[in-house]
Amino acid sequence: MPKPMPETPLLDELESGPWPSFVSGLKRLAASDDKPYASMMKDLLGQLERSYETRRGYWKGGTVGVSGYGAGVIPRFSEIASEFPESAEFHTLRVIPPAGTHYSTALLRSLCDVWEKHGSGLIALHGQTGDIMLQGCRSEKVQPCFDEVNELGFDLGGAGAGVRSSISCVGAARCEHSCFDEAKAMRLLVNNFLDEMHRPSLPYKFKFKFSGCANDCANAIARSDFAVFGTWRDDIQVDQDEVRAYVALHGRKWTIDNIIRRCPTEALSLNDDDSLEIDNRSCVRCMHCINVMTKALSPGRDRGVCVLIGGKRTLKTGDMLATVVAPFLRLQDDADYEKLLDLAKRVMDFYIENALEHERMGEMIERIGLVNFLAGIEVEVDPNMINHPRTNSYVRTDGWDEEVAKWTARKLAEADAAAQAAAE
Amino acid sequence: MRLLKQPLSERTLGQAGPREDILALQRRPIESGVIDPLPFMHPLLRRNYGTWKWHERPRPGVLHHVAESGEEVWTVRAGTQRQMDVYTIRKLCDIADAYADGFLRFTTRSNIEFMVDSADKVAPLIARLETEGFPVGGTGNSVTMISHTQGWLHCDIPATDASGVVKSLMDALYHEFTHAEMPNQVKITTSCCQINCGGQGDIAINVQHTKPPIIDHDLVAKVCERPAVVARCPTAAIRPAMVNGKPSLEVDETKCICCGACFPPCPPMRINDPVHSKLAIWVGGKHSSTRSKPTLHKLVAAGLPNNPPRWPEVTEIVLKILYAYKGGARPYERMAEWIGRIGWARFFELTGLPFTKYHIDNWRGSRGSLNASAQVRL
Repeated sequence: MPKPMPETPLLDELESGPWPSFVSGLKRLAASDDKPYASMMKDLLGQLERSYETRRGYWKGGTVGVSGYGAGVIPRFSEIASEFPESAEFHTLRVIPPAGTHYSTALLRSLCDVWEKHGSGLIALHGQTGDIMLQGCRSEKVQPCFDEVNELGFDLGGAGAGVRSSISCVGAARCEHSCFDEAKAMRLLVNNFLDEMHRPSLPYKFKFKFSGCANDCANAIARSDFAVFGTWRDDIQVDQDEVRAYVALHGRKWTIDNIIRRCPTEALSLNDDDSLEIDNRSCVRCMHCINVMTKALSPGRDRGVCVLIGGKRTLKTGDMLATVVAPFLRLQDDADYEKLLDLAKRVMDFYIENALEHERMGEMIERIGLVNFLAGIEVEVDPNMINHPRTNSYVRTDGWDEEVAKWTARKLAEADAAAQAAAE
Repeated sequence: MRLLKQPLSERTLGQAGPREDILALQRRPIESGVIDPLPFMHPLLRRNYGTWKWHERPRPGVLHHVAESGEEVWTVRAGTQRQMDVYTIRKLCDIADAYADGFLRFTTRSNIEFMVDSADKVAPLIARLETEGFPVGGTGNSVTMISHTQGWLHCDIPATDASGVVKSLMDALYHEFTHAEMPNQVKITTSCCQINCGGQGDIAINVQHTKPPIIDHDLVAKVCERPAVVARCPTAAIRPAMVNGKPSLEVDETKCICCGACFPPCPPMRINDPVHSKLAIWVGGKHSSTRSKPTLHKLVAAGLPNNPPRWPEVTEIVLKILYAYKGGARPYERMAEWIGRIGWARFFELTGLPFTKYHIDNWRGSRGSLNASAQVRL
């Protein structure tokens, strides 16, 4: 005799309306009496309905994991297990998706098959940090479930004070704005720190994110400790015939109001012949004109990344956006990618050595100051790191001459390198 | 089964330890990390990886990309419920098998994307998605899917649900998802506690607690590492105390900002309350560096009741803000850019939202949010 479906009058109200209903999905699972998870999902629905009645959550954490790993499983035990015993243990396995969240149906179906055997049949695609979340696994099923998921090719993601799973935008796979191989960079960096992901022992969480351009489709700047953005250092590529075609189609007023005047640094000007003039030295690579005139404009050819450090959400000192630490790193051949990895290693080492317990990267930098952080990771200061120079005089400057000498030497070396490159 | 050859205490350095023994009996994980997406990528995307030339948006929910090679791909984007049952996922796989060569992908906002190699394959795919109840849209200047968190369904610290709030709002925003009538894209987020896993949004709906935690003194010493909890408080309002003869913690309620930071490391610091945990609305968060620099979202409304199953008070204010923006912003202005142009005084006037002392920040660094000029909007 199958367990009866729970009464869920409040949740039932979320089955009406045009948007796909998660409640209908939960009910489909609960009604699958031929499946091992049906009774678990009935109790899960019962507990969720209780939350809707009392406006309280009923999950608590605990310690559940898989052999060899100290993270990747989020334990959930019910505080009202006596009433809803079948969903008393409802753990999540955080599973890392293929970079860019591309799937063949064969892969996704295999994952569903494994999850139906060991878990609840409920999957979030995807969690805010970028994981596939297999939600609803009993303690004794966690290891066998992971073993099968792992044999399919998937690995577990991060949790707690460790490196977390990452997100990249669709990027090079289907976007002409992409300025680097996001999937390659993501795999290189994250996979280099799997020890810090699977056996977390950092001061607190550490997130990498990768966006192919300043549009930041991966939402990197406010949500990652190490945010990588695609950019370029030569000129925007312009097809003037396509510019004229755009102006002819949309009109001069539209073009001036929505492209020329929207340039944040007034780097654009429409010529009398409806071609476009660009002051590339003033361009900040914001992407607006390129987004709008997709046929006429594209990022330059000398591409790389801008690395920003220290973004985070509220806990505990308030929200922070990441700030520039590497204005431009060329990212084209394998040696360039290794340099990006070197930077990540230096940042990680410094963070491990210097952050306080439960202190995010951005909070640490605020505590010690950007200059000390830069010295620690062996990165030279750059005017692109600031909105403006300091406005107060409370600083001891008796090392001024040495700093000036460093700057002069750097500029000379850069000029030499540029001359050499031009000669070649 | 004997797992250990010798007790841990007898183990000497350099000797094969008990860990190796345990692992010999259990399967070792394959630490594959992030897997290569190429085998799971639509062949058209694989072939033209990194060589795309331009794109256009022929209609809401459809993207058309052209590669340097001349190959073209049409992408159809549809909304999902994110929290999906295997039946829904298999249905989406069936659609991909029938119409899109057996491949699909997801956006960071839980929209699904199917890729096809010719324009005439778009309409039948859209028809099938709509028949199956998946709204096609979410591209360009539309309201895309709300990014949301776990809530009562699965989190251990939430004051509200996430999926239910999002379902209610997306029902109300269905037209704005399936059409592209906004000045620019609108990204909405929700979070079930003040940690705000939902992130920055043009409009954000986040829990805001209004009362200090109620402490279960019988449990504190058993389940909490007290110094860690003391250290977690942003205002140093928590201190160790003996209560009823038991080691516990106490909160200086004049200092407490009711943020709930103490609750995750110490569940007996009960912050969640069915009445006093409210919802607040924030606007003007922006990740992109496009045109204007990225911005954090700003508080505009608070004190809204946490009112399941459909949170009507929240929907009402979100719609009010959204339609003020839709009616007033110029093309390409994001929420923050629109407000930057018209000013906050006009924003509160247009939305009819009250402006209170709580809108003025007095946290660290807050002087930067004050108007240090003689520029006023009257």
